[in-house]
Amino acid sequence: MNPWLHAVLYSLVLVTVLMTCTAYATWLERKVAGRMQSRLGPTRVGFAGLLQPIADALKLLQKEDIVPLAADRALFNLAPPLTVFFALATAAVIPFSPGLLASDLDIGALYVLALSGLMVFPVWIGSWASNNKYALLGGMRAVAQGISYEIPLLLSVTIVILMADTMSLSGIVQVQADEGWFIARPFGLGLATFALFFVAALAEGNRIPFDTPEAESELVAGPTTEYTGMKFGLFYMAEYLHSIIVAGLGAALFLGGWDGPIAPGLHWMVLKTLGLWMVMLWARWTFLRFRTDQMMTLCWRYLVPASLGLLMAAAVWVHAVHGVS
Amino acid sequence: MPMATEWIPAIVFMTLSLGVGLSMVVGARLLGVRAKDDPPTKTLTYESGEAARGGAWIRFHPRYYVVALVFVLFDVEAVFVLPWALNVRELGLLAIGEMLVFLLVLVLGWAYALRKGALKWQ
Repeated sequence: MNPWLHAVLYSLVLVTVLMTCTAYATWLERKVAGRMQSRLGPTRVGFAGLLQPIADALKLLQKEDIVPLAADRALFNLAPPLTVFFALATAAVIPFSPGLLASDLDIGALYVLALSGLMVFPVWIGSWASNNKYALLGGMRAVAQGISYEIPLLLSVTIVILMADTMSLSGIVQVQADEGWFIARPFGLGLATFALFFVAALAEGNRIPFDTPEAESELVAGPTTEYTGMKFGLFYMAEYLHSIIVAGLGAALFLGGWDGPIAPGLHWMVLKTLGLWMVMLWARWTFLRFRTDQMMTLCWRYLVPASLGLLMAAAVWVHAVHGVS
Repeated sequence: MPMATEWIPAIVFMTLSLGVGLSMVVGARLLGVRAKDDPPTKTLTYESGEAARGGAWIRFHPRYYVVALVFVLFDVEAVFVLPWALNVRELGLLAIGEMLVFLLVLVLGWAYALRKGALKWQ
C-alpha cells in the first residue's frame, strides 16, 4: 500500500481512538474518584453516566469564547491547540503490538521525550498571553517544574535505552519480551528506575500530587484562569491525553509492552496502560498537593543525584552481562 | 534518500494532531453563543473580583532564572550521555570510567549550586 495512504488511515484511526479514550478517561476518573469518596460520580446522563463526556464536550463547544481585553489575542488563541498538538503527537511512536504502531522511529524514545518536553511552551505562552497574575504565577511554576523534572525523566529513560541498547520503542519492548521486563531486571535497579520514571512523569504532566501550577486553592486555576469554553477544555484534554500516553510509555519501557501469555499483544498493552493509569488516578485522589519549594527540593536534591547514580549502576550491570571487551 | 520512510507516518500524525486542536478552536468559535452587547466588565482581567491592579507583564523573581541555568547544564549532559548509552557494550570499562569522571565534574557543579542555595526555593 502507498505509505502516505497507510499513514493517513492509521493516524485517523489512532487519533479517533485516543480522543475517545480521553473523553472516557474523564468519565472513569470521575467514577473512581466518586467511589473513593463514597459518592456515585456521574449517574444522570445515560446509563451510569456513560454519555457524560459527550454532554460535556457539547456544552464546552457552545460556551461563549471570551478573550480578556488585556490579553495578547494571537498567542492566547494559539496556546490551547498547541498543547493538544504536543500531547497527541507523542502517541505516534507508542507500540501497541508488534507492527501496530504509527511510526517505528529508530529514535522513538527521544521523539517522545522531545515532544513532551516541549509541552511547557504552550502552557507558558497561554499564561503569559493571559496577562493575569494568577496565570503568570501558574505558568512560572509550570515551567520551573517542567524543566526540573525533565532531567530525572530523561535519565530514567536513558537507563532503559542503555539496558536495551536501542532507542526504538518497539525494539525496547522486543528486548523485554526476549530477556525479561525492565521493571524486574536487573533486580532492584529496574524497580528503582521505574519509580524514578513514574514520579518524574507525574510531575512533568502536572498531575496531583505535583499539580502546583494549577493549585486551585491559591492560584484559581493557574495558566487556565482566563480561558473559557472549548479552549479551557483543550487544556484539560491535553492533560488527560498526556497522562494516558505517559502510562502507555511506562508500560512499553518497563512493563514489557505487548509481551504477555495467551492473549494477543494489544490486550496486554491496553491492560498495562490502563493499570498504570489507574495507579496515577489512585495517587491523585490519595495524596495531598506538594508545596512548590518541596517539589523543587525533591527534584534537585534527591531525584537528580539518584538518577545519576542509577545510570552508573546500570552501565556497570550492562558491562558485566553484555559487555563485549 | 531525501526522507526516511518511517518518518512519513510521524509527520502525518503530527499534522493531524495539530488539526484536531485547531479545528476545535474554530468549531467552538462557530458554534458558541456570542452575546450581543457585552458589559464592559466582562472582558476585564480576572483578579478575584477586584479591579486588576497593574498588568502581569512584569519582571519576575530571579530564582526561576537560576533553575533554568542549572537545567541547561544537565540538558547538555544528556546530549553526551545518550550516544554513550548506546555504545557502552562495545566500549567497555574505559567508557564507563570516563563517564564517571564526567558525571563527577557535573556533580561537583551541582553540589556548588546546592551549597550556594541556588536550588533553594525561598
